[in-house]
Amino acid sequence: MPEPAALEAPTLEAITITRLFDVSKPWLQRTLAHEPRLLLRAVDDASFAITRGSTLSLVGESGCGKSTVARMAVGLMPPSGGKIRFEGNPLSTARAQPELRRRMNMIFQDPYASLNPRWRVRNIVAEPLRAFAMLSGAQAIATRVGELLAQVGLAPADGEKYPHEFSGGQRQRISIARALASEPDFLVCDEPTSALDVSVQAQILNLMRDLQQRLGLTYLFISHNLAVVRHVSDRLGVMYLGRIVEQGPAETIFRTPRHPYTRLLLDAIPDLEMVGRSRTPVGGEVPSPIDPPPGCPFHPRCPLANDRCRAEKPEHTRAGEVQVACHAVAEGREAA
Amino acid sequence: MPLLQVDNLTVEFPTRRGTLRALDGISLSIEPGEILGVVGESGAGKSLTGAAIIGLLEPPGRIAGGQIMLNGKRIDTLPYEAMRHIRGRQIGTIFQDPLTTLNPLYTIGRQLIETIQTHLHLSDTDARKRAITWLSEVGIPAPAQRIDAYPHEFSGGMRQRVVIALALCAEPRLVIADEPTTALDVSIQAQIITLLKRLTRDHGMSVMLVTHDMGVIAETADRVAVMYAGRIAEIGPVAQVVKHPAHPYTEGLMGSIPALEHRVNRLRQIDGAMPRLNAIPPGCAFNPRCPKVFDRCLIQRPELLPAGATRAACWLFAKEPAHA
Repeated sequence: MPEPAALEAPTLEAITITRLFDVSKPWLQRTLAHEPRLLLRAVDDASFAITRGSTLSLVGESGCGKSTVARMAVGLMPPSGGKIRFEGNPLSTARAQPELRRRMNMIFQDPYASLNPRWRVRNIVAEPLRAFAMLSGAQAIATRVGELLAQVGLAPADGEKYPHEFSGGQRQRISIARALASEPDFLVCDEPTSALDVSVQAQILNLMRDLQQRLGLTYLFISHNLAVVRHVSDRLGVMYLGRIVEQGPAETIFRTPRHPYTRLLLDAIPDLEMVGRSRTPVGGEVPSPIDPPPGCPFHPRCPLANDRCRAEKPEHTRAGEVQVACHAVAEGREAA
Repeated sequence: MPLLQVDNLTVEFPTRRGTLRALDGISLSIEPGEILGVVGESGAGKSLTGAAIIGLLEPPGRIAGGQIMLNGKRIDTLPYEAMRHIRGRQIGTIFQDPLTTLNPLYTIGRQLIETIQTHLHLSDTDARKRAITWLSEVGIPAPAQRIDAYPHEFSGGMRQRVVIALALCAEPRLVIADEPTTALDVSIQAQIITLLKRLTRDHGMSVMLVTHDMGVIAETADRVAVMYAGRIAEIGPVAQVVKHPAHPYTEGLMGSIPALEHRVNRLRQIDGAMPRLNAIPPGCAFNPRCPKVFDRCLIQRPELLPAGATRAACWLFAKEPAHA
């Protein structure tokens, strides 16, 4: 479908993307044992769009495919099927042009692993400036690095230090400064605060929000922490076994979750409001994505599952402002 | 009489550049059947408190002062062999990572039976029966078959259930659970918390629950101790500490947690970071970050003072004005 020219194309748009990983044994072993190839469907038929200046969050448990989506969204790996567009251009062509490529960047989860321990901070932050030849002359680069460090709440003099001299929160600030160096519009943040303590997490979340307002950034935010997600998102996608099972405005989903999995997730979070209350948790675990259950992948744990759920994969259907992939919601069986 | 009584516990690490005081005057107690939460950020000393109680401090760390009483008997001065019999039999431990707690080379049955026979005089068949009973207690399906499985054949949540069975199978009076759900997904975490609460209630065990997740504490604990830089900042009933925190650090910590129920525009943030152990400021350790700091905080270290329903180490709650 071509975008109407009058409407601004979303910053990032994913159209029915799928990602398969080959997890088979090596060829010889496989042939000798007469085993078929084994494909893991990490992301299955996911579609979303992020409008300029907004935040879309993807949330889900380990192995639901949220980090794989993040990697595909910045072009670190191509989708096996479907299309990703960056401002209307196919992502692969956008990645081929330095001018478009510099406008997307990524912040990783672990600030201990994502900074080169042998580089001084000023070189880490200056790397995108040099890679995209955005500035020339040591003086101009040094000034810009100083500005970038000040922007994330560090002192320009910190550029002389090495990453090990900083705490986890400060390191994450350095990664953010590096991500901002190429003046991007679009940032993919893969669990940017999961490795941090709560008081430091609050600092980083506030900083990311300030930067978004000041610089008009667009975020794809990946997290397993629903409370953090609620704090940052405009739109929300809930993932389960590679599928986006519910998607819509974040506030709507938090107020009236429709998909049974979203309800389970919201119920499972220990909250400060829960003092003295007890709960009945949903049993079962996330099945292996190598051998997902037939029909709706959530049916073995779903309180609303019936024969149709066990046989037929639900389509994404619109329910008010949100899109839900659930037979029970589509049939109006969910009132419970 | 409290089951566990820790008085003025101090743990030091001698280093080449001087001695680091990792725990500084920790006093707490746990009543029989009570769940005490210990919460704090990385490096606050919460895991170290647990390790000191079970006598598993990593050398060169050592207890430099204070005492630990279990059931009225002093345990911090016991020799290693005597302590081995207390660990497992009287104090059970659950660690964060179920993969490293279990030996990958032995079946879970063998590990359970070994623990049971170390502490209880049971025949092989009785020990195996008891192991199967405990596996079904912690919710492992088909325990009679699964007992002969190896740890890698279980998922993360199931492994943590095995670890819980291992910690509880000799029916200790006290369980120290160090971040028991941190490595798990939220839906599994909810299952494990419910399980832990049910088992300790059914068997009348006391629990010291060490975690960084205030939500887990709020849901599980009866009382909570908030730690900061190797000291207890505030201790009291969990509802009071969560709803009406007295210490400025606790207040900041509660405000910095994003809430699920409502959305705020900006989270409350505590600027700066916890001091390193070699640079703890004089007076109150929180004074460089405290919004309510005054001159006394810079000089004199506050003791735990009554502050409403809790006790807080903060000079704001001193009754008499400071003497100059």
